[in-house]
Amino acid sequence: MSSYDAIVIGAGHNGLTSAAYLAKAGLKVLVLEKNDYIGGAAVSRELEKGWQYSSCSYVCSMMRQAIHRDLDLSRHGLLLVPYLGTINFGDGDERLLAYHDEEAAHLELKRHSPHDADAMHRFQTDLTRYSQLIRKTLLRTPPDPTSFKPRDIMEILFLAKKFWALGEKEIYEYVRFFTMSAAEFLDDYFEDDLIKAAMASPGIIGTALGVYSPGSSYILLHHVMGDVDGSIGAWGLARGGMGAISHSIASALQAHGGEIRTEAGVDKLLVENRKAAGVVLENGDEIRSDIVVSNLDAKRTFTKIVDKADLPDGIYEKAKNFKIRGSSGKVNIALSGMPKFTGVPDNPYLNRGGQGFCGSLETMEKAYDAWKRGRWSDDPFIESVIPSAWDPTVAPPGKHWMSNFIQYCPPKLADGPWTPEKRDRFGQTVIDKIERYSPGFKDLIVHMEVRTPHEIENEIGLTEGNIFQGELTIDQLFFNRPFPGYGQYRMPVKDLYMSGSSTHPGGGVSAACGANAAREILKDLKRPNTVPADDFYDE
Amino acid sequence: MDRYDTIVVGAGHNGLACAGLLARGGQKVLVLEAADEPGGLAATREFHPGYKASVAHSIGHFSRALVDALDLESHGYEPAVRELPLVGLDESGSHVTITGDTVTGVGDADAGAYRSYRQRMARYAEALEPFWSKTMPRIAPGSFRDMLTFAHLGWAIRRLGKADMEEFMRVASLPARDLMEEQFSSEVLKAALSWDGLLGSRMAPRSPNSSVLMLLYRMAEATRGVHGIPSGGANGLVAALVASARASGVEIRCGAPVSRIRIDAGEEGLDAVGVTLADDEQIAAERVVSAADPQRTFVDLVGVEYLDIGFTNRIRRLRCDGLVGKLHLALDGLPEFPGLKAPAGRLLIAPDVDAIEFAYDDSKYGRCSDDPVMEIVIPSLADASLAPQGHHVLSAHVMYVPRRLRNGWDDAAKEAFAERCIERLAHYAPSIRDRIVYREFLTPADLDSEYRVTGGHWHHTEFAMDQMLMMRPTYGAAQYRTPIPNLFLCGAGCHPGGDLTGLAGCNAAREILR
Repeated sequence: MSSYDAIVIGAGHNGLTSAAYLAKAGLKVLVLEKNDYIGGAAVSRELEKGWQYSSCSYVCSMMRQAIHRDLDLSRHGLLLVPYLGTINFGDGDERLLAYHDEEAAHLELKRHSPHDADAMHRFQTDLTRYSQLIRKTLLRTPPDPTSFKPRDIMEILFLAKKFWALGEKEIYEYVRFFTMSAAEFLDDYFEDDLIKAAMASPGIIGTALGVYSPGSSYILLHHVMGDVDGSIGAWGLARGGMGAISHSIASALQAHGGEIRTEAGVDKLLVENRKAAGVVLENGDEIRSDIVVSNLDAKRTFTKIVDKADLPDGIYEKAKNFKIRGSSGKVNIALSGMPKFTGVPDNPYLNRGGQGFCGSLETMEKAYDAWKRGRWSDDPFIESVIPSAWDPTVAPPGKHWMSNFIQYCPPKLADGPWTPEKRDRFGQTVIDKIERYSPGFKDLIVHMEVRTPHEIENEIGLTEGNIFQGELTIDQLFFNRPFPGYGQYRMPVKDLYMSGSSTHPGGGVSAACGANAAREILKDLKRPNTVPADDFYDE
Repeated sequence: MDRYDTIVVGAGHNGLACAGLLARGGQKVLVLEAADEPGGLAATREFHPGYKASVAHSIGHFSRALVDALDLESHGYEPAVRELPLVGLDESGSHVTITGDTVTGVGDADAGAYRSYRQRMARYAEALEPFWSKTMPRIAPGSFRDMLTFAHLGWAIRRLGKADMEEFMRVASLPARDLMEEQFSSEVLKAALSWDGLLGSRMAPRSPNSSVLMLLYRMAEATRGVHGIPSGGANGLVAALVASARASGVEIRCGAPVSRIRIDAGEEGLDAVGVTLADDEQIAAERVVSAADPQRTFVDLVGVEYLDIGFTNRIRRLRCDGLVGKLHLALDGLPEFPGLKAPAGRLLIAPDVDAIEFAYDDSKYGRCSDDPVMEIVIPSLADASLAPQGHHVLSAHVMYVPRRLRNGWDDAAKEAFAERCIERLAHYAPSIRDRIVYREFLTPADLDSEYRVTGGHWHHTEFAMDQMLMMRPTYGAAQYRTPIPNLFLCGAGCHPGGDLTGLAGCNAAREILR
């Protein structure tokens, strides 16, 4: 039986990235995936003949361009196409349209509020500036603040210098921004309810916080600090669905000699002499390797895959306390035609982007209140996109595919466990809301996939269906991610590493976690680093 | 007439402490107070003939160093001898009682977990304690001394040891709910231990970032967060501060509301030169120290015409809306709480953490909760002078009460909410209604108008990570100096923050004398 230099558990995009960089360094690498398809939460699946479903993640902006270039993902089939417009639907008849064209965008804002139209430029500039500092940390390993090792001290000094260089005003604004709520942050700029709601929506996606919760403005930044082809804050689609990202990375991995095995769920981590020695599959097969990289979330890794007896004291408890509450649902719909929305002018570009059914901050916050009580709101926040409007590869000609992301959806219901009936009622709530804005919408539905946190956990293994593999609050960010003392991808069992978004810099299809993990592994193996440095656009 | 060295605006405890220290430093000081009595939120007020109460009803972490520096004990201050246990009330009568290091009314596992929780928090509180009484340096290429403060802070945390430091860096920003869920199973205990992290702030148990720091702030001083009532109640402290200040030559004028801080805009730049009272009397001084909140100081008293637009913007953005209402009941006897021998202590009506969270939810939309949560103290147990013989006063902090009610506060709205509070109270003290002689309810809007505290906020402005340390109230005014020469701040809106501690006044006096 063959043995490997490294085994990666889970063929999510981070696991594949990690594997690709290890293979590029010459290691013999095997990626194990429990499902019969790869990609984890970045997939394109033909759930209805002719339609490609990006069942989970649906938009791309965090992907590190340095990795895209370095692994030559374009040659492996990855093409990112930017959003061109966005429609935000108010609680009533109001619509806020975001045009790609700058002047049209400004006029549209002015229609709602001249004050806000002027403030938008300041808002965008400020957000971009805040994102610059965090972007610098994405492809770097967080320092250990308790360590006296030269490497950690140098990294702390590097960051302190960058931080200090912001100056008094910026540091103040930065801390303020980092710790306050999205609603309070937006109050500094805008007066119009719908504009505020539209701008706040990235602050709640995937989180167990509301727009009024302190800390939600950081989440907002987390969603807008990415870029498409160097255009910071832009969002885009992967042509062919999100699976195109996973498949292009997998193709790069295979080009470097790496192997992928699907339908090979890992049951246990094999530990010998207190070090990782391989894995035992669910079918009982044992595969040995020098190192093991878990791309599963921290809770799953340390409460399901690693035997408690193999862990140092306290780690199991840390994993149990790891905050990974699910809060999102997904309704994916195959449509027989393009839905028509009321109150939206006929502009071909407007459909080529997102639709936000957000209404007002209060509507969004009330959806959070319902989630806290173990229910879903009758009037949830929905972020939709119809990729087929400008990516003809995901639906048959003339037909369309629509992704609907719903905030909030509880992982545990107050009235007992999820059942297929409750799941369908949740789906009904969502399409009822869309129907309000698009009469006749329901008649277009050919097929519908409804995913609550329950389905997301069971199908792709994200604990509680948390899309970030762990909440993005300060106690779980940077050197605290996933746990204090383990922020550098090395885990409490020797030769076990983590590469998923439970590690820094967290969720989003960025490939940064996996690349960072690979860099640390190669350092331990005393191999030359194959992972590129990030682009610093402002230097 | 002799010219004053310093005029202090506001005779709250911070203003009095600052004035006393300045006078001891050799200055001629005048304190001007708008109300008829000194003491601000700690002043005792007769709310019904024969019944008195103050907004602050117990003392948790008043600075011991300040007691010594102002010699308050020889001026009549007697720190509490008996500690006030924190009692989490339970409708069934099996209450949870927390007294310092021990807790009763919970299972063995929780009792054990509480001991280690308490020890760990005490270690963190001790590490942070020196910094509450330091001036925080400016965020700027500063002096060596400034950098030393940051290095010192880093070292104080590192000195906790690797494991403790790692845990500190994680829990420092944790929501109270998560901190409690990790270690305890008793719902009442979890809610009771969260309480001091939330009271007075726009924070609910699920709000991240600031509540653990609030808990640690409130665990400063040797009492480590255990409250007490000094003899004479909160007013005993005020009386001693007044006596000490007067003894060192401070002049205190009550009923003298300041309407403007006078700024001289001469050729050499701006200069604070005195104040104008509401009756147009002008008083000159070398410098003016404001114990009023930052928004009132800069926007109302100074006037934005003297301030940089960016600075004004930061002051206007300060989050100053209070969320604590105050219920005062005049009672013809001691209320009975089944399951409690005597209602001594801080009694909490907060059956679980979510009850606090859900009470907060309503306030987000400008409404009062149907199920408010509250902290009850019967101060007349410690100070018999607050009520006629045999009678008592019940004082409760009620959360969360919006400053701006969606349909506006009026007498009917206040009555309805006070009634709702008493209904809640009656769940735990069924006979309370028969004892009520009179009731009064103060909303944050009332605290604003009655005590001249913007928004009725306990801490003058939110105690949150972005309004803390060298950013309290905002940079450019965080070292007690302001952009206007000879105008200083010394109130709760400065580092370290609110509550009856005296530290802001004390730190300000040190900077002024420097």
